[in-house]
Amino acid sequence: MTTPRPETLAKLTPVLTKRWLSPDAWRLGTYENLDGYAALRKALKAHPDDLIQLIKDSGLRGRGGAGFPTGLKWGFIPQGDGKPHYLVVNADEGEPGTCKDLPLMTHDPHSLVEGVIIASYAIRASRAYIYIRGEAVHAARRLRSAVAEAQAKGYLGRNILGSGFDLELVVHSGAGAYICGEETALLDSLEGFRGQPRLRPPFPATHGLYASPTVVNNVGTIASVPYIVLGGADWWKTMGTEKSSGPMIYSLSGRIANPGQFEASMGITLRELIELAGGMKPGHELRFWTPGGSSTPLLTAEHLDVPLDFEGVAAAGSILGTTATQIFSDQDCPVYATYRWLEFYHHESCGKCTPCREGNYWMVRVYRRILSGQGTHEDLDTLLDTCDNILGRSFCGLGDGATSSVTSSLKYFKQDYLDYIEGRTAPKLSDKSLVGAH
Amino acid sequence: MSFSETTRVRAREIIARYPADRSRSALLPLLHLVQSEEGYVSPAGVEFCAEVLGLNKAQVGAVATFYTMYKRKPTGDYLVSVCTNTMCDMLGGQAVYDTLAEHLGVGHEETTADGKITLEHAECLAACDYGPVMTVNYDFFDNVEPQGALGVVQELQAGGRPMPTRGARLCTLKEMAVQLAGFADERDGAVADGGPGEPSLRGLRLAEQHGISVPGFDPRTPIRSKAEADRAAAEAKAKAEAEKPAPAPRDARAAEAAGAAANPPAGDRKPAGDAAGAQERNLKDAETGTDADGADPADANGTGVRK
Repeated sequence: MTTPRPETLAKLTPVLTKRWLSPDAWRLGTYENLDGYAALRKALKAHPDDLIQLIKDSGLRGRGGAGFPTGLKWGFIPQGDGKPHYLVVNADEGEPGTCKDLPLMTHDPHSLVEGVIIASYAIRASRAYIYIRGEAVHAARRLRSAVAEAQAKGYLGRNILGSGFDLELVVHSGAGAYICGEETALLDSLEGFRGQPRLRPPFPATHGLYASPTVVNNVGTIASVPYIVLGGADWWKTMGTEKSSGPMIYSLSGRIANPGQFEASMGITLRELIELAGGMKPGHELRFWTPGGSSTPLLTAEHLDVPLDFEGVAAAGSILGTTATQIFSDQDCPVYATYRWLEFYHHESCGKCTPCREGNYWMVRVYRRILSGQGTHEDLDTLLDTCDNILGRSFCGLGDGATSSVTSSLKYFKQDYLDYIEGRTAPKLSDKSLVGAH
Repeated sequence: MSFSETTRVRAREIIARYPADRSRSALLPLLHLVQSEEGYVSPAGVEFCAEVLGLNKAQVGAVATFYTMYKRKPTGDYLVSVCTNTMCDMLGGQAVYDTLAEHLGVGHEETTADGKITLEHAECLAACDYGPVMTVNYDFFDNVEPQGALGVVQELQAGGRPMPTRGARLCTLKEMAVQLAGFADERDGAVADGGPGEPSLRGLRLAEQHGISVPGFDPRTPIRSKAEADRAAAEAKAKAEAEKPAPAPRDARAAEAAGAAANPPAGDRKPAGDAAGAQERNLKDAETGTDADGADPADANGTGVRK
């Protein structure tokens, strides 16, 4: 493995991940020795509005994928309205390829808890929930232990550190539904219903949990807050680009020598990330990749130098998403990869709206036909037509996301589809799996 | 089936976590709780949740059948979940699943005859940098290949409890359901089990080796008051305004004509959506991400406000 060049190494920004090197950082004592809860003490001395302004000034944008400015979101909460306010942390990590929140909650749970307390103080919420994906059991263990420790030490509960501010924090485990990562579906699920998205407006900022003003933020977003409170907005903006400030945890998986988490300045390129990861796996050549999970359109080797920030990736025709770069090589088939993702979207479609429920069902069947060597040229039109009827016509982003890999793989790899249809590629699925009038 | 006193006490504790008039929020943890006693959500479990929350059985059943982790048939002591989503599949996850299915003689969501092991293929388990992965009662076994996975399962069958690669020592699925219902893992040392794996630390190790940190971090940096920040912003704006060159004069009539040409009056032609090229336009929008706001349901960070 060759050592990455110094200018590439200089893009590394260990901030949110830094405590992961201390194996005991999940314990309160170790956390406190590593600057822990210093931000909370500082924040509680400031006026809540000043904190909202600080987050606005930092340019922090949501780390869950959509990149909405966090300070603006907090500022939308109506103050003095006499209603209870809520903070809900979206810890339902499940976008295929995404694996940054689980290690954060497992190895540094207190940073999330501290961020929750500061954010709740800023938006004047006295109850907060962390909605964590059910399957994430070890992260939940550590979080529950962190909440209990914080409670015992007076960082949570009544009159926190003598400030007069009260907060109750509940770690709520989901039960296996990707759709609950969509914020309004998450709120429905948290209220004890099926996790299905709500019609917006009204937005959660005014009618969220229990029809009250609610901020829903991703784990990485909230865990960033203590660092901004301590280091200041100007320091935060020394990392990243003008419109995409700060560090970002890039998750690299697939055909590279050393997959893993790389926290770097926003705007780093895939070429640089692969360099940090020790290059491609021997014998593999980059063919396609997702910049931010399977809901973001595929990119190719042409896009190695695209800056991975919100603007750069959008300009290249994709979405930054969750910065989950899944890297595939010349030995991987983009048609099969897309098929497998569609199986996922089909399984996870909540069934509320017809385009997503039916569209994904049928697209899976068309892919099975193509991959078993029985596809026709019309199938490709059918796929595009179906995507056309899902994209922008679904109730939430799940349907839109499902079409991403279909349209982008057809755009860049149409020949691969034709090779199955015209018999140049051996069928990847057995036609025995096709039943009835497929 | 009548539920034990322990379960009833726990049910009351769960309900107390949520605001008094919002007890329905307790439904998901309660469904995990009934699984901790029965191993699945039985009709009796549905009835129990309905009774303690004052809901009817249909309301509870509708929720129980929505979520993958609520099982509708009795399960084994160990739930073995193999990720077969795209990345793990490409890296060999499907081969792992097939090997286990053949060895156990069961398919997806089926349980071995001795009631010990339930097998399922899972969707992305958020550990792609460790792929292919499988979990036993949701704790991770990383970088599995067919023989290694088989070894884990054979050990389970022989009554052993192999140690997960990351995560805590194994317990039974029913015991895990207690934790999912929101209770602490009471086992001595279980919370401490499992250090970070190398992939999680990859970038950090590089930074450490090469002495890289983010400069300029001063925890004493004061938090500016909002008034101060507003004043600074206003000054910066005024400065920018002053530096901007005066706008070029425009011919009002030419501008009006251009505006009218760009917005022809509504006719009785086909609606815009049916026009040829709509599909291409939508695809193009998708590519440029113009319609991408909140396109990723895993994050749901958008407030839905169009940018």
